[in-house]
Amino acid sequence: MSLPKKTLEIRTSPHLKSPIQTDTIMRNVVYALLPVAAFAVYLFGLAALLVLLVSTLAAVLTEHFLCILNHRESTIGDWSAVITGLLLGLTLPPALPLWMVACGGIIAIALGKFMFGGLGYNSFNPALVGRAVLQASFPVAITTWYPAMTPDRFSSLPASSLTMPFMKPVWDTVTTATPLGQMKFEHIAAETDKLFFGMSGGSVGETSALIILICGAYLAARNMLNWRIPVTIFAVVAGLTAIFHGISPETYPTPQFMLFSGGLMLGAVFMATDMVASPLTTPGVIVYSAVIGVMIVVIRFWGGLPEGVMYAILFGNAVSPLIERSIQPRVYGTTSRRAKA
Amino acid sequence: MNTDPAHLSTNEFIKGLWRENPIFVQVLGMCPALAVTNSVINAIAMGLATTFVLIMSSMLVSSLRSFIPRQVRIASYILIIATFVTVAEYFIQAISIELHKNLGAFIALIVVNCLILGRAEAFASKNTIWPAFLDAAGMGLGFTFALICLGGVRELIGNGTLLGYMIFSENYQPWIVMILPGGGFFSLGAWLLLFNWMKSRKERLNLAAENSR
Repeated sequence: MSLPKKTLEIRTSPHLKSPIQTDTIMRNVVYALLPVAAFAVYLFGLAALLVLLVSTLAAVLTEHFLCILNHRESTIGDWSAVITGLLLGLTLPPALPLWMVACGGIIAIALGKFMFGGLGYNSFNPALVGRAVLQASFPVAITTWYPAMTPDRFSSLPASSLTMPFMKPVWDTVTTATPLGQMKFEHIAAETDKLFFGMSGGSVGETSALIILICGAYLAARNMLNWRIPVTIFAVVAGLTAIFHGISPETYPTPQFMLFSGGLMLGAVFMATDMVASPLTTPGVIVYSAVIGVMIVVIRFWGGLPEGVMYAILFGNAVSPLIERSIQPRVYGTTSRRAKA
Repeated sequence: MNTDPAHLSTNEFIKGLWRENPIFVQVLGMCPALAVTNSVINAIAMGLATTFVLIMSSMLVSSLRSFIPRQVRIASYILIIATFVTVAEYFIQAISIELHKNLGAFIALIVVNCLILGRAEAFASKNTIWPAFLDAAGMGLGFTFALICLGGVRELIGNGTLLGYMIFSENYQPWIVMILPGGGFFSLGAWLLLFNWMKSRKERLNLAAENSR
Protein backbone atom coordinates (compact mmCIF):
# COMPACT_ATOMS: atom_id res chain seq x y z
CA MET A 1 0.00 0.00 0.00
CA SER A 2 1.48 3.29 -0.99
CA LEU A 3 0.73 6.50 0.85
CA PRO A 4 -1.26 9.06 -1.13
CA LYS A 5 0.87 11.95 -2.29
CA LYS A 6 0.40 14.99 -0.10
CA THR A 7 -0.51 18.09 -2.00
CA LEU A 8 -0.99 20.28 1.04
CA GLU A 9 1.26 19.86 4.01
CA ILE A 10 -0.14 20.97 7.36
CA ARG A 11 2.29 21.51 10.15
CA THR A 12 2.29 23.10 13.57
CA SER A 13 4.48 26.12 14.25
CA PRO A 14 7.36 27.06 14.21
CA HIS A 15 7.40 27.38 10.44
CA LEU A 16 10.71 29.16 10.18
CA LYS A 17 13.68 26.91 10.58
CA SER A 18 16.99 28.20 11.81
CA PRO A 19 19.93 27.09 9.73
CA ILE A 20 21.73 26.46 13.01
CA GLN A 21 21.13 22.88 14.11
CA THR A 22 21.59 21.32 17.54
CA ASP A 23 24.89 19.78 16.54
CA THR A 24 26.25 23.12 15.30
CA ILE A 25 25.66 24.71 18.69
CA MET A 26 26.96 21.69 20.55
CA ARG A 27 30.09 21.58 18.39
CA ASN A 28 30.76 25.23 19.12
CA VAL A 29 30.39 24.63 22.86
CA VAL A 30 32.97 21.88 22.52
CA TYR A 31 35.30 24.30 20.71
CA ALA A 32 34.77 26.80 23.51
CA LEU A 33 35.63 24.18 26.10
CA LEU A 34 38.86 23.15 24.39
CA PRO A 35 40.99 26.13 25.58
CA VAL A 36 39.76 25.50 29.14
CA ALA A 37 40.76 21.86 28.78
CA ALA A 38 44.12 22.77 27.25
CA PHE A 39 44.94 25.10 30.12
CA ALA A 40 43.92 22.38 32.58
CA VAL A 41 46.36 19.97 30.93
CA TYR A 42 49.11 22.62 31.08
CA LEU A 43 48.37 23.14 34.79
CA PHE A 44 47.97 19.56 36.00
CA GLY A 45 49.76 17.59 33.26
CA LEU A 46 49.01 14.02 32.26
CA ALA A 47 46.60 13.43 35.11
CA ALA A 48 44.18 16.07 33.85
CA LEU A 49 44.54 14.86 30.25
CA LEU A 50 43.61 11.32 31.27
CA VAL A 51 40.67 12.50 33.40
CA LEU A 52 39.27 14.47 30.47
CA LEU A 53 39.81 11.65 27.96
CA VAL A 54 38.31 8.98 30.19
CA SER A 55 35.25 11.02 31.14
CA THR A 56 34.55 11.99 27.53
CA LEU A 57 35.03 8.45 26.25
CA ALA A 58 32.86 7.00 29.01
CA ALA A 59 30.07 9.47 28.27
CA VAL A 60 30.15 8.93 24.49
CA LEU A 61 30.34 5.14 24.70
CA THR A 62 27.50 5.02 27.24
CA GLU A 63 25.35 7.16 24.96
CA HIS A 64 26.13 4.90 22.02
CA PHE A 65 25.35 1.65 23.82
CA LEU A 66 22.18 2.96 25.44
CA CYS A 67 20.95 4.06 22.03
CA ILE A 68 21.62 0.59 20.62
CA LEU A 69 19.89 -1.03 23.61
CA ASN A 70 16.85 1.17 23.03
CA HIS A 71 16.81 0.31 19.31
CA ARG A 72 17.34 3.96 18.44
CA GLU A 73 19.70 5.58 16.07
CA SER A 74 22.92 6.46 17.86
CA THR A 75 22.87 10.10 18.93
CA ILE A 76 26.58 10.56 19.53
CA GLY A 77 26.71 12.63 16.33
CA ASP A 78 25.04 15.60 18.02
CA TRP A 79 28.09 16.21 20.23
CA SER A 80 26.03 16.59 23.39
CA ALA A 81 27.59 13.53 25.02
CA VAL A 82 31.03 14.97 24.32
CA ILE A 83 30.05 18.16 26.17
CA THR A 84 28.68 16.19 29.11
CA GLY A 85 31.88 14.16 29.31
CA LEU A 86 34.17 17.17 28.97
CA LEU A 87 32.24 19.21 31.53
CA LEU A 88 32.23 16.31 33.97
CA GLY A 89 35.98 15.89 33.55
CA LEU A 90 36.52 19.61 34.12
CA THR A 91 34.72 19.50 37.47
CA LEU A 92 36.67 16.55 38.89
CA PRO A 93 39.90 16.73 40.88
CA PRO A 94 42.89 15.83 38.67
CA ALA A 95 44.15 12.94 40.76
CA LEU A 96 40.78 11.18 41.03
CA PRO A 97 41.18 7.44 40.24
CA LEU A 98 40.29 6.94 36.58
CA TRP A 99 37.77 4.19 37.30
CA MET A 100 35.76 6.69 39.34
CA VAL A 101 35.95 9.12 36.42
CA ALA A 102 34.60 6.44 34.08
CA CYS A 103 31.78 5.58 36.51
CA GLY A 104 30.94 9.27 36.68
CA GLY A 105 30.66 9.47 32.89
CA ILE A 106 28.43 6.42 32.73
CA ILE A 107 26.18 7.70 35.53
CA ALA A 108 25.98 11.17 34.00
CA ILE A 109 24.61 9.84 30.72
CA ALA A 110 22.58 6.88 31.99
CA LEU A 111 21.01 8.47 35.06
CA GLY A 112 21.22 12.15 34.18
CA LYS A 113 20.12 11.96 30.59
CA PHE A 114 18.73 8.64 29.35
CA MET A 115 16.58 7.99 32.38
CA PHE A 116 14.65 11.13 31.43
CA GLY A 117 14.48 10.29 27.72
CA GLY A 118 17.66 11.62 26.16
CA LEU A 119 18.73 15.06 24.96
CA GLY A 120 16.02 17.66 25.34
CA TYR A 121 14.24 15.86 28.17
CA ASN A 122 16.82 15.94 30.96
CA SER A 123 15.63 18.07 33.85
CA PHE A 124 19.12 18.30 35.34
CA ASN A 125 22.49 19.04 33.82
CA PRO A 126 23.79 15.50 33.19
CA ALA A 127 27.44 16.30 33.98
CA LEU A 128 26.45 17.66 37.38
CA VAL A 129 24.29 14.60 38.10
CA GLY A 130 27.36 12.46 37.47
CA ARG A 131 29.48 14.61 39.72
CA ALA A 132 26.86 14.73 42.48
CA VAL A 133 26.65 10.93 42.58
CA LEU A 134 30.45 10.70 42.68
CA GLN A 135 30.59 13.28 45.46
CA ALA A 136 28.03 11.39 47.53
CA SER A 137 29.72 8.05 46.85
CA PHE A 138 33.37 8.95 47.35
CA PRO A 139 33.46 12.04 49.57
CA VAL A 140 37.14 11.59 50.41
CA ALA A 141 38.44 10.94 46.90
CA ILE A 142 36.59 13.86 45.38
CA THR A 143 37.97 16.36 47.88
CA THR A 144 41.61 15.26 47.71
CA TRP A 145 43.36 17.89 45.61
CA TYR A 146 46.54 17.53 43.65
CA PRO A 147 48.87 20.54 43.50
CA ALA A 148 49.08 22.51 40.25
CA MET A 149 52.32 23.09 38.27
CA THR A 150 54.32 20.19 39.73
CA PRO A 151 57.65 19.90 37.85
CA ASP A 152 57.17 16.29 36.70
CA ARG A 153 53.52 16.64 35.72
CA PHE A 154 54.11 15.63 32.08
CA SER A 155 56.22 12.58 32.83
CA SER A 156 54.49 10.90 35.78
CA LEU A 157 51.00 10.32 37.06
CA PRO A 158 49.76 10.67 40.62
CA ALA A 159 49.69 7.27 42.30
CA SER A 160 45.94 7.38 42.75
CA SER A 161 45.07 7.80 39.05
CA LEU A 162 45.69 4.20 38.05
CA THR A 163 43.96 2.53 40.98
CA MET A 164 42.47 -0.90 40.19
CA PRO A 165 38.75 -0.54 39.43
CA PHE A 166 36.53 -0.59 42.54
CA MET A 167 39.52 -0.53 44.89
CA LYS A 168 40.48 2.14 47.37
CA PRO A 169 43.05 4.56 45.95
CA VAL A 170 46.46 5.08 47.48
CA TRP A 171 47.13 8.81 47.74
CA ASP A 172 50.31 10.65 46.99
CA THR A 173 51.71 12.33 50.04
CA VAL A 174 51.61 15.71 48.32
CA THR A 175 48.11 17.06 48.28
CA THR A 176 46.90 20.59 48.56
CA ALA A 177 43.90 22.58 49.70
CA THR A 178 41.71 24.60 47.36
CA PRO A 179 41.47 28.37 47.90
CA LEU A 180 37.86 27.89 49.00
CA GLY A 181 38.80 25.19 51.48
CA GLN A 182 41.49 27.41 52.94
CA MET A 183 39.01 30.23 53.23
CA LYS A 184 36.41 28.07 54.92
CA PHE A 185 38.54 26.15 57.35
CA GLU A 186 41.63 28.33 57.91
CA HIS A 187 40.43 31.79 56.92
CA ILE A 188 43.25 32.40 54.47
CA ALA A 189 42.17 34.23 51.34
CA ALA A 190 44.16 33.67 48.14
CA GLU A 191 45.28 36.62 46.06
CA THR A 192 42.77 37.62 43.43
CA ASP A 193 45.16 37.80 40.47
CA LYS A 194 46.34 34.25 41.17
CA LEU A 195 42.73 33.09 41.15
CA PHE A 196 41.93 35.11 38.04
CA PHE A 197 44.68 33.49 35.99
CA GLY A 198 44.09 30.10 37.59
CA MET A 199 47.43 29.29 39.20
CA SER A 200 45.89 27.43 42.13
CA GLY A 201 44.74 23.99 43.18
CA GLY A 202 41.24 22.80 42.41
CA SER A 203 39.23 20.77 39.95
CA VAL A 204 40.68 20.13 36.51
CA GLY A 205 39.03 22.99 34.68
CA GLU A 206 37.69 25.38 37.25
CA THR A 207 40.83 27.36 37.98
CA SER A 208 41.31 30.02 35.33
CA ALA A 209 38.53 32.61 35.43
CA LEU A 210 40.07 34.49 32.52
CA ILE A 211 40.00 31.64 30.01
CA ILE A 212 36.49 30.58 31.00
CA LEU A 213 35.25 34.16 30.58
CA ILE A 214 36.84 34.51 27.13
CA CYS A 215 35.35 31.20 25.95
CA GLY A 216 31.98 32.16 27.39
CA ALA A 217 32.12 35.51 25.63
CA TYR A 218 32.78 33.73 22.31
CA LEU A 219 29.65 31.61 22.74
CA ALA A 220 27.57 34.56 23.91
CA ALA A 221 28.72 36.60 20.90
CA ARG A 222 27.60 33.80 18.60
CA ASN A 223 24.26 33.73 20.44
CA MET A 224 24.79 30.15 21.53
CA LEU A 225 24.71 30.92 25.22
CA ASN A 226 22.30 33.03 27.20
CA TRP A 227 24.59 35.72 28.65
CA ARG A 228 21.90 36.77 31.14
CA ILE A 229 22.46 33.63 33.20
CA PRO A 230 26.16 34.08 34.07
CA VAL A 231 25.80 37.85 34.39
CA THR A 232 22.90 37.56 36.84
CA ILE A 233 24.69 34.90 38.86
CA PHE A 234 27.83 37.05 39.07
CA ALA A 235 25.81 40.11 40.05
CA VAL A 236 23.83 38.31 42.77
CA VAL A 237 26.89 36.59 44.23
CA ALA A 238 29.00 39.77 44.15
CA GLY A 239 26.19 41.90 45.58
CA LEU A 240 25.37 39.55 48.46
CA THR A 241 29.03 39.02 49.28
CA ALA A 242 29.69 42.75 49.23
CA ILE A 243 26.93 43.27 51.81
CA PHE A 244 28.24 40.57 54.13
CA HIS A 245 31.87 41.57 53.63
CA GLY A 246 30.89 45.15 54.45
CA ILE A 247 29.22 44.04 57.68
CA SER A 248 32.01 41.74 58.85
CA PRO A 249 35.21 41.72 56.75
CA GLU A 250 36.94 39.15 59.04
CA THR A 251 34.30 36.43 58.62
CA TYR A 252 33.31 36.81 55.00
CA PRO A 253 35.55 36.91 51.90
CA THR A 254 35.66 39.73 49.38
CA PRO A 255 33.37 39.70 46.32
CA GLN A 256 36.30 39.24 43.93
CA PHE A 257 37.46 36.18 45.90
CA MET A 258 33.97 34.69 45.69
CA LEU A 259 33.72 35.30 41.95
CA PHE A 260 37.07 33.92 40.92
CA SER A 261 37.45 30.97 43.30
CA GLY A 262 36.11 27.43 42.97
CA GLY A 263 33.73 26.31 40.28
CA LEU A 264 31.67 29.47 40.08
CA MET A 265 33.00 30.62 36.71
CA LEU A 266 32.81 27.21 35.08
CA GLY A 267 29.41 26.52 36.62
CA ALA A 268 27.86 29.87 35.79
CA VAL A 269 29.16 30.03 32.23
CA PHE A 270 28.92 26.44 31.04
CA MET A 271 26.58 24.53 33.36
CA ALA A 272 23.85 26.86 34.56
CA THR A 273 23.36 27.76 30.89
CA ASP A 274 22.34 24.20 29.97
CA MET A 275 19.68 24.87 27.35
CA VAL A 276 17.38 22.07 28.38
CA ALA A 277 17.46 22.51 32.13
CA SER A 278 17.11 26.31 32.31
CA PRO A 279 13.93 28.36 31.77
CA LEU A 280 13.02 29.82 28.38
CA THR A 281 11.70 33.32 29.05
CA THR A 282 13.97 36.20 30.01
CA PRO A 283 12.23 36.98 33.34
CA GLY A 284 12.32 33.27 34.09
CA VAL A 285 16.03 33.12 33.34
CA ILE A 286 16.70 36.07 35.67
CA VAL A 287 14.79 34.45 38.55
CA TYR A 288 16.51 31.12 37.88
CA SER A 289 19.99 32.66 37.93
CA ALA A 290 19.22 34.71 41.03
CA VAL A 291 18.11 31.54 42.84
CA ILE A 292 21.39 29.87 41.86
CA GLY A 293 23.42 32.90 43.00
CA VAL A 294 21.71 33.03 46.39
CA MET A 295 22.17 29.27 46.88
CA ILE A 296 25.89 29.52 46.06
CA VAL A 297 26.39 32.22 48.69
CA VAL A 298 24.29 30.39 51.29
CA ILE A 299 26.12 27.08 50.81
CA ARG A 300 29.58 28.64 50.75
CA PHE A 301 29.01 30.82 53.82
CA TRP A 302 26.90 28.65 56.07
CA GLY A 303 26.93 25.15 54.56
CA GLY A 304 29.12 22.25 55.63
CA LEU A 305 31.00 22.16 52.32
CA PRO A 306 33.47 24.74 51.05
CA GLU A 307 31.96 24.71 47.54
CA GLY A 308 28.29 24.85 46.62
CA VAL A 309 28.10 25.71 42.93
CA MET A 310 27.17 22.17 41.89
CA TYR A 311 24.29 21.82 44.35
CA ALA A 312 23.16 25.38 43.67
CA ILE A 313 22.86 24.69 39.93
CA LEU A 314 21.12 21.35 40.48
CA PHE A 315 18.69 23.17 42.78
CA GLY A 316 18.16 25.81 40.11
CA ASN A 317 17.47 23.06 37.54
CA ALA A 318 14.97 21.48 39.92
CA VAL A 319 12.96 24.69 40.39
CA SER A 320 13.22 25.81 36.77
CA PRO A 321 9.92 24.14 35.69
CA LEU A 322 8.19 25.93 38.59
CA ILE A 323 9.67 29.26 37.53
CA GLU A 324 8.57 28.54 33.98
CA ARG A 325 5.02 27.88 35.12
CA SER A 326 4.71 30.93 37.31
CA ILE A 327 6.23 33.35 34.82
CA GLN A 328 4.34 32.53 31.68
CA PRO A 329 4.02 35.11 28.95
CA ARG A 330 0.45 35.85 27.99
CA VAL A 331 -0.46 34.31 24.67
CA TYR A 332 -1.49 37.03 22.23
CA GLY A 333 -5.24 37.45 22.10
CA THR A 334 -6.03 35.66 25.35
CA THR A 335 -6.72 36.94 28.83
CA SER A 336 -4.18 36.29 31.54
CA ARG A 337 -4.13 32.92 33.20
CA ARG A 338 -5.11 34.29 36.58
CA ALA A 339 -8.06 36.24 35.25
CA LYS A 340 -9.42 33.10 33.61
CA ALA A 341 -9.11 31.07 36.80
CA MET B 1 -9.84 -21.24 37.17
CA ASN B 2 -9.37 -23.89 39.85
CA THR B 3 -11.94 -23.51 42.63
CA ASP B 4 -10.65 -26.27 44.85
CA PRO B 5 -10.44 -24.79 48.44
CA ALA B 6 -6.88 -25.99 49.02
CA HIS B 7 -5.78 -24.34 45.81
CA LEU B 8 -7.54 -21.10 46.73
CA SER B 9 -5.80 -20.90 50.08
CA THR B 10 -2.40 -21.54 48.52
CA ASN B 11 -3.23 -18.77 46.13
CA GLU B 12 -3.93 -16.37 49.02
CA PHE B 13 -0.49 -17.17 50.36
CA ILE B 14 1.48 -17.11 47.13
CA LYS B 15 0.06 -13.87 45.70
CA GLY B 16 1.76 -11.71 48.32
CA LEU B 17 5.13 -13.29 47.66
CA TRP B 18 5.24 -12.54 43.98
CA ARG B 19 2.25 -11.50 41.88
CA GLU B 20 1.04 -8.83 44.30
CA ASN B 21 4.30 -8.24 46.11
CA PRO B 22 3.69 -5.30 48.49
CA ILE B 23 6.82 -3.41 47.48
CA PHE B 24 7.65 -4.40 43.94
CA VAL B 25 4.10 -4.51 42.59
CA GLN B 26 1.83 -2.55 44.94
CA VAL B 27 4.58 -0.08 45.94
CA LEU B 28 3.20 0.17 49.49
CA GLY B 29 5.06 0.76 52.74
CA MET B 30 7.77 2.85 51.08
CA CYS B 31 8.79 4.61 54.28
CA PRO B 32 10.47 1.62 56.00
CA ALA B 33 11.50 0.21 52.62
CA LEU B 34 13.64 3.24 51.89
CA ALA B 35 14.67 4.23 55.38
CA VAL B 36 15.99 1.14 57.13
CA THR B 37 17.24 -1.08 54.32
CA ASN B 38 20.85 0.10 54.50
CA SER B 39 21.94 -3.35 55.66
CA VAL B 40 20.56 -6.86 55.33
CA ILE B 41 20.20 -7.36 59.07
CA ASN B 42 18.11 -4.21 59.45
CA ALA B 43 15.99 -5.29 56.49
CA ILE B 44 15.36 -8.74 57.98
CA ALA B 45 14.47 -7.31 61.39
CA MET B 46 12.12 -4.75 59.90
CA GLY B 47 10.54 -7.35 57.61
CA LEU B 48 9.95 -9.86 60.38
CA ALA B 49 8.58 -7.25 62.78
CA THR B 50 6.14 -6.07 60.10
CA THR B 51 5.18 -9.66 59.25
CA PHE B 52 4.44 -10.39 62.90
CA VAL B 53 2.27 -7.29 63.28
CA LEU B 54 0.56 -7.98 59.97
CA ILE B 55 -0.33 -11.60 60.80
CA MET B 56 -1.53 -10.89 64.34
CA SER B 57 -3.57 -7.83 63.48
CA SER B 58 -5.09 -9.43 60.37
CA MET B 59 -6.24 -12.43 62.42
CA LEU B 60 -7.68 -10.24 65.16
CA VAL B 61 -9.40 -7.91 62.72
CA SER B 62 -10.83 -10.90 60.87
CA SER B 63 -12.15 -12.49 64.06
CA LEU B 64 -13.68 -9.22 65.29
CA ARG B 65 -15.05 -8.19 61.90
CA SER B 66 -18.71 -8.60 62.85
CA PHE B 67 -18.28 -6.70 66.17
CA ILE B 68 -16.56 -3.60 64.82
CA PRO B 69 -19.06 -0.93 63.69
CA ARG B 70 -18.34 0.36 60.20
CA GLN B 71 -18.11 3.98 61.31
CA VAL B 72 -15.19 3.45 63.67
CA ARG B 73 -13.42 0.64 61.87
CA ILE B 74 -10.25 2.54 60.95
CA ALA B 75 -9.71 3.71 64.53
CA SER B 76 -10.29 0.17 65.77
CA TYR B 77 -7.81 -1.27 63.26
CA ILE B 78 -5.18 1.28 64.28
CA LEU B 79 -5.72 0.37 67.94
CA ILE B 80 -5.28 -3.32 67.18
CA ILE B 81 -2.19 -2.68 65.04
CA ALA B 82 -0.65 -0.35 67.62
CA THR B 83 -1.01 -3.03 70.31
CA PHE B 84 1.03 -5.50 68.30
CA VAL B 85 3.58 -2.87 67.28
CA THR B 86 4.20 -2.19 70.98
CA VAL B 87 4.73 -5.91 71.52
CA ALA B 88 7.17 -6.04 68.60
CA GLU B 89 9.03 -2.95 69.76
CA TYR B 90 9.58 -4.27 73.29
CA PHE B 91 10.60 -7.64 71.88
CA ILE B 92 13.26 -6.12 69.63
CA GLN B 93 14.52 -3.97 72.49
CA ALA B 94 14.80 -7.09 74.66
CA ILE B 95 16.86 -9.09 72.17
CA SER B 96 19.17 -6.38 70.83
CA ILE B 97 19.55 -2.78 71.96
CA GLU B 98 21.74 -2.10 68.93
CA LEU B 99 19.14 -3.30 66.46
CA HIS B 100 16.52 -1.26 68.27
CA LYS B 101 18.73 1.80 67.91
CA ASN B 102 19.35 1.15 64.20
CA LEU B 103 15.66 0.86 63.40
CA GLY B 104 14.84 3.82 65.63
CA ALA B 105 11.49 5.46 65.14
CA PHE B 106 10.66 3.19 62.22
CA ILE B 107 9.54 0.37 64.52
CA ALA B 108 6.88 2.60 66.05
CA LEU B 109 6.00 3.79 62.56
CA ILE B 110 4.93 0.26 61.57
CA VAL B 111 1.55 1.43 62.95
CA VAL B 112 1.07 3.72 59.98
CA ASN B 113 2.48 1.32 57.39
CA CYS B 114 -0.23 1.47 54.75
CA LEU B 115 0.39 -2.17 53.88
CA ILE B 116 -0.97 -3.36 57.26
CA LEU B 117 -3.97 -1.06 57.33
CA GLY B 118 -4.56 -1.85 53.67
CA ARG B 119 -4.69 -5.62 54.26
CA ALA B 120 -6.94 -5.15 57.31
CA GLU B 121 -9.36 -3.01 55.33
CA ALA B 122 -9.20 -4.82 52.00
CA PHE B 123 -8.89 -8.43 53.05
CA ALA B 124 -9.05 -9.33 56.75
CA SER B 125 -12.30 -7.46 57.42
CA LYS B 126 -14.03 -9.43 54.65
CA ASN B 127 -12.65 -12.91 55.21
CA THR B 128 -12.49 -15.60 57.85
CA ILE B 129 -9.46 -16.15 60.04
CA TRP B 130 -7.68 -18.84 57.99
CA PRO B 131 -7.59 -16.95 54.65
CA ALA B 132 -6.73 -13.75 56.55
CA PHE B 133 -3.79 -15.52 58.15
CA LEU B 134 -2.57 -16.88 54.82
CA ASP B 135 -2.93 -13.52 53.13
CA ALA B 136 -1.09 -11.73 55.92
CA ALA B 137 1.69 -14.31 56.03
CA GLY B 138 2.18 -14.13 52.25
CA MET B 139 2.17 -10.35 52.21
CA GLY B 140 4.50 -10.16 55.22
CA LEU B 141 6.98 -12.60 53.73
CA GLY B 142 6.79 -10.85 50.37
CA PHE B 143 7.51 -7.59 52.15
CA THR B 144 10.46 -9.15 53.98
CA PHE B 145 11.77 -10.64 50.74
CA ALA B 146 11.63 -7.24 49.03
CA LEU B 147 13.36 -5.51 51.95
CA ILE B 148 16.13 -8.13 51.84
CA CYS B 149 16.53 -7.52 48.09
CA LEU B 150 16.92 -3.80 48.72
CA GLY B 151 19.12 -4.19 51.79
CA GLY B 152 21.33 -6.76 50.05
CA VAL B 153 22.11 -4.51 47.11
CA ARG B 154 22.68 -1.47 49.30
CA GLU B 155 24.92 -3.23 51.81
CA LEU B 156 26.90 -5.01 49.11
CA ILE B 157 27.66 -1.89 47.07
CA GLY B 158 27.65 0.65 49.89
CA ASN B 159 29.80 -1.28 52.30
CA GLY B 160 31.24 -4.29 50.44
CA THR B 161 29.66 -6.70 52.92
CA LEU B 162 26.64 -9.00 53.24
CA LEU B 163 25.27 -9.65 56.76
CA GLY B 164 28.52 -8.15 58.02
CA TYR B 165 30.81 -10.56 56.12
CA MET B 166 33.37 -9.15 53.68
CA ILE B 167 32.38 -10.11 50.14
CA PHE B 168 34.96 -8.20 48.12
CA SER B 169 38.61 -7.66 48.94
CA GLU B 170 39.82 -5.59 51.88
CA ASN B 171 40.56 -2.67 49.58
CA TYR B 172 37.06 -2.40 48.11
CA GLN B 173 36.08 1.25 47.78
CA PRO B 174 32.53 1.55 49.19
CA TRP B 175 29.98 3.63 47.30
CA ILE B 176 28.80 5.58 50.30
CA VAL B 177 25.80 7.00 48.45
CA MET B 178 24.19 3.55 48.51
CA ILE B 179 23.83 3.48 52.30
CA LEU B 180 22.63 7.08 52.33
CA PRO B 181 18.93 7.81 51.68
CA GLY B 182 19.65 8.45 47.98
CA GLY B 183 20.85 4.87 47.57
CA GLY B 184 17.47 3.64 48.77
CA PHE B 185 15.77 5.40 45.89
CA PHE B 186 18.36 4.19 43.38
CA SER B 187 18.08 0.55 44.40
CA LEU B 188 14.28 0.66 44.66
CA GLY B 189 14.16 2.16 41.16
CA ALA B 190 16.48 -0.52 39.83
CA TRP B 191 14.41 -3.35 41.36
CA LEU B 192 11.15 -1.88 40.04
CA LEU B 193 12.78 -1.64 36.61
CA LEU B 194 13.74 -5.31 36.78
CA PHE B 195 10.28 -6.42 37.93
CA ASN B 196 8.46 -4.37 35.31
CA TRP B 197 10.80 -5.64 32.63
CA MET B 198 10.11 -9.24 33.67
CA LYS B 199 6.37 -8.56 33.69
CA SER B 200 6.31 -7.02 30.24
CA ARG B 201 8.51 -9.81 28.89
CA LYS B 202 6.11 -12.43 30.26
CA GLU B 203 3.15 -10.63 28.72
CA ARG B 204 4.94 -10.44 25.40
CA LEU B 205 5.74 -14.15 25.48
CA ASN B 206 2.13 -15.01 26.43
CA LEU B 207 0.86 -12.90 23.58
CA ALA B 208 3.24 -14.54 21.14
CA ALA B 209 2.19 -18.00 22.35
CA GLU B 210 -1.49 -17.11 21.91
CA ASN B 211 -0.90 -15.73 18.45
CA SER B 212 0.99 -18.79 17.29
CA ARG B 213 -1.77 -21.09 18.54
